[in-house]
Amino acid sequence: MAEISVVLPSVLQPLAGGQSLLTAPADGTVTVGWLLDAVTGDYPVLARRLRDETGALRRYVNIYVNGDEVRRLQGLDTEVAGGQEVLIIQSVAGG
Amino acid sequence: MGFMATPETYLLAIGTKKGLWLATSQDRRQWSFSGPHFLMSEIPSIGIDTRDGRTRIMVGVRSEHWGPTVAHSDDLGATWTEPEQGAIKFPEGTDAAVERIWQIHPDAESRPGVVWAGAEPISVWKSTDGGQHFELNRGLWDHPHRSEWGAGYGGAAAHSIVVNPSGDNVHVAMSTGGVYRSLDGGTSWEPRNRGISAYFMPDPNPEFGQCVHKIAADAAVEGRLYAQNHHGVYRTDDNAESWQSIAEGLPADFGFVMLTHPRRAGTAWVVPLKADGERIPPEGKLAVHRTDDAGGTWKRLDAGLPQSEFNAVLRDAAAVDAAEPVGVYFGTRGGAVYASADEGETFAEVASHLPDVLCVRAAVVVDAAVVADAAVASSA
Repeated sequence: MAEISVVLPSVLQPLAGGQSLLTAPADGTVTVGWLLDAVTGDYPVLARRLRDETGALRRYVNIYVNGDEVRRLQGLDTEVAGGQEVLIIQSVAGG
Repeated sequence: MGFMATPETYLLAIGTKKGLWLATSQDRRQWSFSGPHFLMSEIPSIGIDTRDGRTRIMVGVRSEHWGPTVAHSDDLGATWTEPEQGAIKFPEGTDAAVERIWQIHPDAESRPGVVWAGAEPISVWKSTDGGQHFELNRGLWDHPHRSEWGAGYGGAAAHSIVVNPSGDNVHVAMSTGGVYRSLDGGTSWEPRNRGISAYFMPDPNPEFGQCVHKIAADAAVEGRLYAQNHHGVYRTDDNAESWQSIAEGLPADFGFVMLTHPRRAGTAWVVPLKADGERIPPEGKLAVHRTDDAGGTWKRLDAGLPQSEFNAVLRDAAAVDAAEPVGVYFGTRGGAVYASADEGETFAEVASHLPDVLCVRAAVVVDAAVVADAAVASSA
């Protein structure tokens, strides 16, 4: 079965047991929302860093699929195919 | 192992825009610092819980990137615990998400484990397990006024929670919305703002909508509370049925801070700022003002404070401890922190050039063993 990889920024890696890469098995395509559920299932604190309790992506968390930020695609409904890599990157914020 | 008597240890916690600093002292003059904890996250709220024979520091943490959370430490900041599922989370169906935790308030000695919290969006929360999990107060959340509550510059905040000794009487203050009172322990709520001005509204004396910046209860007189308003300093003697101005004798009636003595009736402290439109100490001279007669007269206290200061002191950036005499602490948006071991008569600068100070809390540490451990850790 194909896998999808999610690359974490270093600041979040301690919340995933020190891993920089989380993977989920995927036959065909899945949504980014599904993927986040899958890879953060064992890491609830990590899950809360990315999305608030309504499920919305936090404002300054950017997720890239094929180099495009998902807000410019279909948000958490953006589809990802097995073998692809998804990047989580914090955006520029704060002073 | 026999008990070894140690001198009293004081804890000072300073929450800033970019992290938390902790300090301990034996005399409230010389302080040993640790930090920054939670670097790059703001710490708008701190609760120090000295019940149950331990000193628990609870902090509201908020990262611009990663959102808000609550963490706690039982070893003076050596280690922190964040409940896996999150301590404060809006339940399903509310379609709301916590933006910032404005207040963490351990309840009375007689109700160990009970901790209250105030958050943005305007909401009040209650924990019965020492701050590990909080439940949303539904009475206030479902209040028909909620859609009319607003946000001050810093965000919509339920920032003051005052519970009377028997626990049936709860006052909450919010910016903006004003004071709400519950007579049934928090089940139902009514606005109680008669006498408090809201000059920025078409009707300057509305039932609710005031921008009350901070409230605090008198230590000994039940039903007496003090309020620092968005212009106006007030006292109520009838459990918030009506409020009277006690601003006479102060250099200005604007400000954010309202502190009361933990034991003595009639004593309160404020830190006046010139005006809404000029949020600096009057004449650029920083001073605390204390009343010992419930607002009848005020005494200016500025010994040890800088000659010139143009930074504001925010609503939770001031605190008292419970020692005798009471210690008074506050920090500025310029990152200076001042401490007084004599109820404000004299201050000393204990920290400077920190990020903007958002929250200050202080307490007498109850478990000496953890102090010894922390000392060993810091000297290692």
